[in-house]
Amino acid sequence: MLDGRGSIKRRLGARLWLSGTWLGVMALLALFAPLISPHDPLAQDLFAGRLPPFWASGSDPAYLLGTDSLGRDVLSRLIHGARIAFSVALIAGLATAIVGSLLGLLAGYMRGWVDVVISRLVDIWMAFPPVLFAILLIAVLGTGLTSIIIAIVVIDWTRFCRVVRAEAMNQSAMDYVSSAIVAGRPRRDILWREILPNVLPTIVALSTLEMGIAVIVEAILSFVNLSISTDAPTWGGMIAEGRTSIYQAWWVLAFPLAVLFLTVLSFSQFGEGLKDRFDPVLR
Amino acid sequence: MSAFLTVNNLSAALHGYDQRVLRSVSFSIDTGEVLGLVGESGAGKSMIGKAVLGILPSAIEIIEGEILLDGQDLQKMKPADRRRLIGATAALIPQDPLTALNPSRRIEPQITNRLVDILGWGKTDARVRALELLNEVHIDNPERVMGSYPHELSGGMRQRVLIASAFAANPKLVIADEPTTALDVTVQKQILRLIRELQERHSTAMVFVTHDLGVVSKVCQRLSVLYGGKIVENSSVPDFFTGPKHAYSRALLAATPKYTDPDASLLPVDEAVIEAVAAEVLASDKEWRHGG
Repeated sequence: MLDGRGSIKRRLGARLWLSGTWLGVMALLALFAPLISPHDPLAQDLFAGRLPPFWASGSDPAYLLGTDSLGRDVLSRLIHGARIAFSVALIAGLATAIVGSLLGLLAGYMRGWVDVVISRLVDIWMAFPPVLFAILLIAVLGTGLTSIIIAIVVIDWTRFCRVVRAEAMNQSAMDYVSSAIVAGRPRRDILWREILPNVLPTIVALSTLEMGIAVIVEAILSFVNLSISTDAPTWGGMIAEGRTSIYQAWWVLAFPLAVLFLTVLSFSQFGEGLKDRFDPVLR
Repeated sequence: MSAFLTVNNLSAALHGYDQRVLRSVSFSIDTGEVLGLVGESGAGKSMIGKAVLGILPSAIEIIEGEILLDGQDLQKMKPADRRRLIGATAALIPQDPLTALNPSRRIEPQITNRLVDILGWGKTDARVRALELLNEVHIDNPERVMGSYPHELSGGMRQRVLIASAFAANPKLVIADEPTTALDVTVQKQILRLIRELQERHSTAMVFVTHDLGVVSKVCQRLSVLYGGKIVENSSVPDFFTGPKHAYSRALLAATPKYTDPDASLLPVDEAVIEAVAAEVLASDKEWRHGG
């Protein structure tokens, strides 16, 4: 919708709405997990094992999404799992974005030896298979939330670095950068005030993508039991446990899988939607 | 009047190559004077402007010669001092108004940056000056334009903003790098008149890079014809249009459309002339190698 040359207003778009709503709900659940979740996620009730979700016969209305083989409430575990997933997503996603983008900006803008050093480092880094690298890092750092976050940052900064470097190089070749140089503006000023704002939409889109990836990495590490303590309610851990009883209690596997899938999908869609909306040229 | 900008024997080459892209270029401009740099695409017209302003692409380096800006040799200055001197005395009107404004910043800071950061003006003074400048380039609604983003303005408006921003700090030298090439003909004329008007009012020394001889005849007092990074003819504008000395200049002039006689215009430049001028350029290279 265009009003003359003034402002262009565009509908938010279903993509941004849907993914945003899902992420918002999940974030609220994560934030208020102890208040919202109907049961203690760790409490076992061996007499109430493998109860089906509420619509199936033989279900117990106290356990809306059923229970696992140890009688733990699936819904409560999902809600508490969101807490872990979102902490990892936000902290690891942002930290990776900051580290990778900074190095990428420096390489793309300064060029010369700085670029050579950073780019070669990225090349070497990317030769490692990421999942093995993660497992190796966890083995060295020990399990725990902090180790997972560190592992994600150490592995994935290259993703930002490469893209941001290319984008910074692109922007540096623009006439407005030449004009800023002619105007005698300091180099640092040009990087932060001229180039960074134009690279920011890319960084934002990549960051949300990275948050999705962080959720997956955390799930993978939990799946192979390298995350936090074994009985902690993580989505990956739930999937691993559900796998063993898939024929007797499909819901133990299906719900965390669906939640994981939707969350990762929402992160990537949200990023794309934001990029479209805030790209200065498309805006 | 002494020359404000003097370029002596300036040569530039691709980094690590022997091949020169600027071949011993010399010229000078007095305060208030407009020099046209004319030539085909790739003749090195824009390169000269970029060399003077210190914005050559990183692959190209100056290998010899001197650039004297306001009596100071730019090559001998420390990079930071050089940038400051250029920032305070020179400005660029770039070729493409679409990429020459930062798309994610509003217009106001893009005009006032130099005033505030380099010349130490207060924010309000700079704003007043920016409004005044936008008035000077005949923008009707300066308040609104100041708060706009570049994508909200048309190409002609953006070029006006760029001209305003170039003249913001009262530069003594303006390098106009094909300022009208990206604009359509109707807008071109207004923009040319505007540049001329501001140049005369501030008696700025100006290098006007263009491939359009018609534009040169309207804006410049002197011109230099370039081929292959070498100046093949220096002349005053009236002399050039009545009787160009170099065969290549004559051919260029003959290739310019004449509105009075459409049938006689648009002669392609003779191949023999091109060969001769190319040979001349190569010969000068040989001489340069032996000399250096």
